[in-house]
Amino acid sequence: MLKFILFRILQAIPVLLIVITVTFALVHAAPGGPFDSEKKVSPEILKNLNERYNLNAPVYEEYLDYLSSLLQGDLGPSFKYVNRSVTEMILTGLPSTLELGLYAIMIALMIGISAGLLAAVRPNTWIDYVCMSISMLGICLPSFLMGPLLVVVFGIWLEWLPVSGWGDSRWDWVLPSFTLGFAYAAYIARLTRGGMLEILSQDFIRTARAKGLSEARIVLKHALKGGLLPVVTFLGPAFAGLLSGSFIIETIFQIPGIGRLYVQAAFNRDYTMIMGTTIFFSVLIVVFNLLSDIIAATLNPRISYQAKQ
Amino acid sequence: MSILSIENLSISFHGREGITRAVLNASFKLDKGETIAIVGESGSGKSVLCSSIMGLLPMPPARIENGTIEFQGQNILTSDNRQLRGLRGNRIGMVFQDPMTSLNPYLKIKNQITEPVCLHQRMTAKAAWPLAIAMLNEVGLPDPEQIMNLYPHQLSGGMRQRVMIAMALINKPDILIADEPTTALDVTIQSQILKLIKKLQREYNIAVIFVSHDLGVVAGIADHILVMQQGQIVEQGTPDNIFYKSQHPYTRNLLDSIPVRAKTEKFIANSADTKPLLTLQHLRTWYQSNDNELFRSGRNLVKAVDDVNLQIFPGETLGLVGESGSGKSTLGRSVMRLVQITDGKILLDDRNLAELSASELKLYRREFQMIFQDPYASLNPRMTIFDALSEALQIRGALSESTIHEEITLLMNDVGLDPASIRKYPHEFSGGQRQRIAIARAIALKPRLIIADEPVSALDVTIQAQILDLLLMLVKKNQLTMLFISHDLSVIRYMSDRVAVMYQGIIVETGDTESLFAQPAHPYTKTLLSAIPLPDPIRERARYRQVNVKSSEPHITP
Repeated sequence: MLKFILFRILQAIPVLLIVITVTFALVHAAPGGPFDSEKKVSPEILKNLNERYNLNAPVYEEYLDYLSSLLQGDLGPSFKYVNRSVTEMILTGLPSTLELGLYAIMIALMIGISAGLLAAVRPNTWIDYVCMSISMLGICLPSFLMGPLLVVVFGIWLEWLPVSGWGDSRWDWVLPSFTLGFAYAAYIARLTRGGMLEILSQDFIRTARAKGLSEARIVLKHALKGGLLPVVTFLGPAFAGLLSGSFIIETIFQIPGIGRLYVQAAFNRDYTMIMGTTIFFSVLIVVFNLLSDIIAATLNPRISYQAKQ
Repeated sequence: MSILSIENLSISFHGREGITRAVLNASFKLDKGETIAIVGESGSGKSVLCSSIMGLLPMPPARIENGTIEFQGQNILTSDNRQLRGLRGNRIGMVFQDPMTSLNPYLKIKNQITEPVCLHQRMTAKAAWPLAIAMLNEVGLPDPEQIMNLYPHQLSGGMRQRVMIAMALINKPDILIADEPTTALDVTIQSQILKLIKKLQREYNIAVIFVSHDLGVVAGIADHILVMQQGQIVEQGTPDNIFYKSQHPYTRNLLDSIPVRAKTEKFIANSADTKPLLTLQHLRTWYQSNDNELFRSGRNLVKAVDDVNLQIFPGETLGLVGESGSGKSTLGRSVMRLVQITDGKILLDDRNLAELSASELKLYRREFQMIFQDPYASLNPRMTIFDALSEALQIRGALSESTIHEEITLLMNDVGLDPASIRKYPHEFSGGQRQRIAIARAIALKPRLIIADEPVSALDVTIQAQILDLLLMLVKKNQLTMLFISHDLSVIRYMSDRVAVMYQGIIVETGDTESLFAQPAHPYTKTLLSAIPLPDPIRERARYRQVNVKSSEPHITP
């Protein structure tokens, strides 16, 4: 197992290097630079700025410089926010994004697994059809539609929940987390149903029945572990996607998270900020994929991970 | 006095395609400590009958049309779920066919085996532990403490079936229902498991319902035999009556399909003046395995085929027999170079096939054709029979549409299929018919060697006999040379001119069929031969008087 983890971490190095290189190339290939704006800036100031941020050197030199400072853990200064480093800004935004992501994934798991279980235990009944139709809806509705819709219903008509903000009132986490989590709940429900139906048709479930176990015990003790495996493998990429995909939600609900930084950086051509957030999200994706593989291995005794030699 | 009585029971399935009658007016009684064997081919309703005793039939689609099932005065058919759960795993234990899939792969043995005790005797897992250990000891498993902490995939097939039996008997039930408990096991393991069931039955005075498709298996174990055909019990009686004085044509048919006849014309290979068609010299196929076998862990080098020397002469059928994991299939595939061989020579016409490049190999492969075990999986479900056969014919070169039609009609006639059905898809045929199609495809290219890998083991006995006779007829008619691979000794004896016995990657013995079966030289061959269940109750019963029931895998070193 340890060997497998080490191997996967080593494997992540070339992946990250490719991400860095491609992002770097794309960012520089895009027209315009960090200091272009509607207001004309005098050539002297521009020259000084370029010198200060080391943008006059050839691109490959800039690339190597970036890599070497990255190796020292330095993501560089932001081009847009004077005197603030990218690392600092990411760390400021991280708690909100992480919190939002955690709430969302919990909601997704709770709704998704219960709906999927219900559907799997009573397949092809009205319960199954209702659960699966709602989950279809969740997959189809994009969050930029779902968000405002929930705001209109629960925030404006019913006035039950705050419509935006983060950490200002007790219940302002509910709508954004639910909006973000709902689409994932839908996927999880479908995966749970599929996984459970497959397991429940296996021979060893018949053995469990022949032992005299009740249906509830069969589902919870004999089927759940194997039935949830597809969900577990989905969770890693899902959580990473949840965090990096939260920028729509963060924009709609005015949450000061990394997602918003990411989008703004792209608009501002804030080179170091784009690089920094991209690298950060890539690392997240690698880490969460690894985590879900490890959990899957502990759930399924037949998987033994071994590094290929 | 009888503890279970079934009277006039009829069960049908109501599905979309209409009503299927699975069991029709079945009646029998089971006494305490008695063994009843239910014998029949697939679809005869024997498994449905067993499930109904446990109240395990899925309803719907299943429906009880009429009749009663009474267990110690309790009417099973009118009992509610709670009452039924109280019986299952407690008063009635059940063992299923495939120990590979019947144990939960996600739970350790200890969690599975203590479960019935905790449930029915209201014990804690800790209190149930010594009971479980004692039971694992009873079923002859070595080192029960260690086995408790393992997962099912870490045990061999025979060991898993022992665990299943321990689990079914741990609450000392009145009835054990064993549904084809040895069908998925090797013949030597099968005889161990049969002896074990017999021994435990005597010790605990349990009544056993033993379901099997194989009359040989039940000959020694049963007190009473029921023969089922299409849902009906067509004949019942004591083993001696069934085996020696059977009246019913279906029972006779079942008995006759056990291939015991010897071939009349034997091909005699005269190595002095006949040149072998194919020669294997020091053939080795090794591979790395990652799975953790019991008591071993980490990577193992598996010597699936190890230093095999073998000759096949033109016109002969060489039988290759061995148990699962002996390397016989790998050997067949190595000859075709379907697997990467490690070392050695495969000589055909003085050319070493082991050295051929991929493109040269393509030309040589048409000289060899394979027939596989599972005709359901080896035919492409999206190709009609015509497509499958004409694809094979096209390899011979560009043929005109009318030639192809002619050839295919001839082939279909040869294998006993109606040429009018060539536009049908594989799923429209039965298992036996599909295997005929697979045979037609194999002989279409007029190959110099046919490798038949367990061609009949997925089929019912009566169908088996038909396919074997077809193969014999084709071998004679077309003077085919065949490498016939099987785990079934009686099938091998029926088909082969010469026999090679394989054990743990090594050919331990070769010889012409008659003398090898009459006077086996190697101890492994002797063990193998003595393990074959015979359709002869008197000789079988004698076998059960020996009492060694310990698990001994692997049993003999070559």
